Parts: sequence; structure tokens; C-alpha cells
Amino acid sequence: MKPLLTYTLRQGDRALILAQRLLEAITHAPEIEEDMALSNLALDLIGQARALYTYAGEIEGPVDGATRDENHYAYWRDQHDFLNPLMVEQPNGDFAQIIVRQFLHDAFAFPYWRVMQHSTDETLAAIAAKSVKETAYHLRHSRSWLVRLGDGTDESHRRAQSAVDQLWRFTGELFEHDDVETTLVGTSVAFDPDELHETWRHSVAEALGEATLEMPDDGVMQTGGRSGHHSESFSRLIGEMQVLARAHPGASW
Amino acid sequence: MSSKADWPLWEVFVRAKRGVSHVHAGTVHAPDAELALQNARDLFTRRSEGVSLWVVKSNDITASDPDDSEALFEPAGDKSFRHPTDFELPDEVANM
Repeated sequence: MKPLLTYTLRQGDRALILAQRLLEAITHAPEIEEDMALSNLALDLIGQARALYTYAGEIEGPVDGATRDENHYAYWRDQHDFLNPLMVEQPNGDFAQIIVRQFLHDAFAFPYWRVMQHSTDETLAAIAAKSVKETAYHLRHSRSWLVRLGDGTDESHRRAQSAVDQLWRFTGELFEHDDVETTLVGTSVAFDPDELHETWRHSVAEALGEATLEMPDDGVMQTGGRSGHHSESFSRLIGEMQVLARAHPGASW
Repeated sequence: MSSKADWPLWEVFVRAKRGVSHVHAGTVHAPDAELALQNARDLFTRRSEGVSLWVVKSNDITASDPDDSEALFEPAGDKSFRHPTDFELPDEVANM
């Protein structure tokens, strides 16, 4: 697969799979207002995934005489074809886990899109320009909640700390680089993940401090999602996401 | 996660564009002012309805008593000289 295609699908899958997890949480948030907030986040992420998948279709070029569209990438690939980092597919659990997963992701996604506005790839730069504004809001929302849960009651503090401890092992993969990144960093299509990691670490440390939560040590990091190796619960997520499209091919409103 | 949160109610005011007043749009539940603003943004401005938002705790609003409406409002009814009805509004004046 062309490095640019792999790269674009990784970003599209990151957005889509996180959106799918958020959508599972609807009607389970503490109040209907928070259901709205989480679904708005999900809709923004789906919009980002659509733009990235459309671009992936252009990069891939015609297959059997037709250009693949966004629906192809979302509904007609098998689970090992999805290249999202493991972080975004982690099950919802309680509200603290939803918020912590979102925060750890948003603290990555916001500086990521901010720097991608300067990509030499014009399409990715344009997608970044739109996504950075949306993601700034996502980060504000998830960070606000992180601080309130961490610095809230004993119970909310305990749950938030437990979510941070559980999810920490998936943070390393967000900044992983292989040949795909190395190639694209060389042409300034993408940017050095190590620099992004430093930015992320700084803002996460600040927020955890405000939330009176402990920042875990970096232990062994779980990786593999970006190469198509997913956790057990992923097949259920994909099954639910794809069942309608596969049961009724070509269905429309 | 399923238990109903005990969050206060906030009144939301939206300014549609520069130069016009904030108008009451509805209410949201939120644990504090900052999240009330975020919830208001998600509920009342997601289709580009506004350029500015205010939130005020519903409990902080002092409202007139409906039983007082005769005393408060009816005396104005027969004082037509208080209404600028004899002025013609130029077409150029918008937002009145």
C-alpha cells in the first residue's frame, strides 16, 4: 500500500472508530446535555473520517474501474484492514473512562491537526484547517470534565485515576512511527511524532495536575492497531457498525 | 452512569449577530457555569445561530409574580401616547 494511503486511512480510522465508541454511549451520559455533547463530538469525528476516506479513494485510484468512496472504507473492509490506534477502540466502561479516553486522544489530535495545517499535501492541510477548530472544542470539553472528575468527589477521583491508569498503556501508539511516517516526514507531508509527543506530554501533565490525578509511568505500551491487530472487543464494534450496510447493500434513506 | 445527575438549571441567552441583543433561547442542565456554556453551545448554536452566549443560573433570576400582572402591566394599556406609533420607520432601519 502507498505510504500516503496507509497514513490517510490511519487517521480516518482513528476518527471513525472513536466516533463509533462515542455513539455507543448515547443515552448513557449523566444528563441529556452530555449526550448531546458526546454526539456532537462523534459527528465532528465522522465528518473528519469522511473527508479522509474520500481522499483515500483518490490516492488509491480506481479499483475494478471505480473509485472507492467513504462507505467502502467504513463498511466494506474487514477488521484487520482498520488501522486505528488501539486507544480509540477501548470500550466505554464508565463515564470517567469515556472522558479520559477522549481527553488523552484530544490532547494528541489538537496539536496534531494544528501542525498538519502546514503539510505539503494540500488536501491534508485543508482537512487539518477544518479539523483543528473542531478538535480545539473537543479538547476543551474533555479537559473540563477531566478536571471536574479528578478534582470532584472521592468516587469520581477514584474512577478517573483508574481510567488514566488503564488507558495509559495505549498512549505510546499515538506517537509511533514506522516506514510510513518516516517517508512522509521526509517530504513534510507529515511531522515528527516525537515532537508531538512532547507537546502532548506537557499538556496532559498540566491537565492531570489540575485534576489532582497522578500521571502514570510509561510502562510497556500496547501497540498493533495501526498495523491491523486489534483487541477482542473490536470485532463486535465493527460488526455493529457494518451490519446494516452489509445486510442491505446500497440502502439509502 | 445511569443515575440522574443533580445539576442546576441555567437560562441561556443567544446573540444572533453583532448589534442585536441577547435573546432568551431556553435552558440547560450543567454542574457549573463553564460546562453550562459548553452545553448551551451544543444545544443552541450548532446550526450557526449565534455569535455570543450568556448563561445565568435560573435560581438567580427574580421573576415578576403572575398575580401582580394587573398592577404591573395593565396601567400602560390606555396610555397610547407612550407608544411611538406615529413615527414611520425608514426602510434602512433593520432589527427594530
